[in-house]
Amino acid sequence: MPFPEADLLPISALQHLLFCERQCALIHVERLWSENLLTTQGALLHRKAHEGKPETRDGERIARGLTLRSLEVGLSGVADIVLWRPPEGRKPQGRTLLDAIRQATAEELTEWSIRPVEYKRGKPKANDCDRVQVCAQALCLEEMLGVTISAGDLYYGQTRRRSEVTFDDPLRAKTLAAATRLHELMAAGETPAAVYEKKCDSCSLYELCLPKAIGRRSARDHFDRELAASLADE
Amino acid sequence: MKRHLNTLFITTQGAYLKKEGQAVAVRIERETRLRVPLHNLDAIACFGRVGASPALMGACAEAGVSFSFLTEHGRFIASVNGFTPGNVLLRRAQYRAADDPAISAELTRSIVLGKIANSRTVLLRAAREGADAESAERLKHAAGRLSASIVEVKAADSVDRLRGLEGEAASRYFSVFNDLVLVAGDTFRFKKRSRRPPLDPLNCLLSFLYTLLLLDIRSACEATGLDAAVGYLHRDRPGRPGLALDLMEEFRAPLADRVALTLINRQQLGARDFVRQESGAYLLTDDARKRVLVAWQERKQEETRHPLLDARTSVGLLVHLQARLMARRLRGDLDAYPPLIWK
Repeated sequence: MPFPEADLLPISALQHLLFCERQCALIHVERLWSENLLTTQGALLHRKAHEGKPETRDGERIARGLTLRSLEVGLSGVADIVLWRPPEGRKPQGRTLLDAIRQATAEELTEWSIRPVEYKRGKPKANDCDRVQVCAQALCLEEMLGVTISAGDLYYGQTRRRSEVTFDDPLRAKTLAAATRLHELMAAGETPAAVYEKKCDSCSLYELCLPKAIGRRSARDHFDRELAASLADE
Repeated sequence: MKRHLNTLFITTQGAYLKKEGQAVAVRIERETRLRVPLHNLDAIACFGRVGASPALMGACAEAGVSFSFLTEHGRFIASVNGFTPGNVLLRRAQYRAADDPAISAELTRSIVLGKIANSRTVLLRAAREGADAESAERLKHAAGRLSASIVEVKAADSVDRLRGLEGEAASRYFSVFNDLVLVAGDTFRFKKRSRRPPLDPLNCLLSFLYTLLLLDIRSACEATGLDAAVGYLHRDRPGRPGLALDLMEEFRAPLADRVALTLINRQQLGARDFVRQESGAYLLTDDARKRVLVAWQERKQEETRHPLLDARTSVGLLVHLQARLMARRLRGDLDAYPPLIWK
């Protein structure tokens, strides 16, 4: 059953979900947000990626800030960059590549190379959360264009390197599972309990989440102790 | 983390505030006297005849800088707010709790316990420091009665009963307030609490500090996504910030009253700093009001430690942390609302 447009959730939430379900709920259910150095750097990098003019370079069109959605997966969002390259050795229809893309039928587009490229600050991560995000963009593009997209890229600001992401079956399955879990979490409208882990230290929501204070002990016991200590005074 | 930043208090009559880039420029008699980047501020409070450009108000709302207008004497008039932040589910939980007698009683009990425990601490601290033997005896006696109140509050399970006990405890606390004032003379002799208007200098000073405290707590509620109007100890009344008043209780004695007493006992304020109107109402002079604002701001910058969160913070941020803990209780993340017990 496809999702109604009103129920689409942001692609970026998948990344929050895979980092920490509580962080995801704090941002998307409780609407809390807090900037730190890392998030601000990320935002600047994305702005740079989005704001450049669309251009054609070496026979490839660089489209920036494309709005995407998939009703099947229930996601919508914006791709930093999508690269469009016409089939090798064939001159596309139209005066410019943009015209060619607009005029191409879905069938013709299947011959094109279409690659989402996602910009990330920092360096490649051990987990799959960045790969899932770019895969979700590919799923949206596939649905909107009626094509199959085999690979995309992650560009890391710190290493200034692209790393290719192949949209293979395990990654697609993982992305779909994350989207399903995201919809469950949002429908429940509850925020999972905090469990402090090392990764919490780098989370910009640390002070809003308060994982150490809230995860491990009872506020009632704490308050009772504090009150008793206060009363013991004199 | 919300950092503890400065509040810009504008007390010069006729001042005009405008936006210049991402800064606020304070213009007095057509001259820019001060320029402060918005990211260095968490609040702007305008007292009396102070104007501000819509562009500045909009930028403040966007940057999360609370922007308030008060009368020349510090009575709150209005503030500029952006869209309500936070979570509709949090606000619904807040309203449901207000409609549920058991949860309302639980929250009210915590609020009242926090208030009484902290009032008691203020009395005992004064009994140890500076008070003469007779005063110390009275203060200890009153503290003992507050301990008894705490026992009663713990056993009370209706909001009405808790409100009654809170009122009794407040009058026990104020019954020895004169023993907290260490300067000779009648200027700061406390008779009884009067608010509208304050009928003596001490009440005038307390009311002004409570206004400042309430402003900060309202902002903290707004920033946390709570509805400052719907409280538990304080019944709903149009125009009354019930939740902000609730959260204020645990701060009144240890923060506002102690700033007032420090100003008085160090003789930084005296009879000449107050004006008696024909009606008998008292007002702070402009100059004295500035001294109070400076003392208040300095107190908020002091470092402290939050016991539950086990984190260093500033005194001024404590209201934000407590608002968050209230939000966490309402959302079910915590099993109780833990008021801050001052040492």
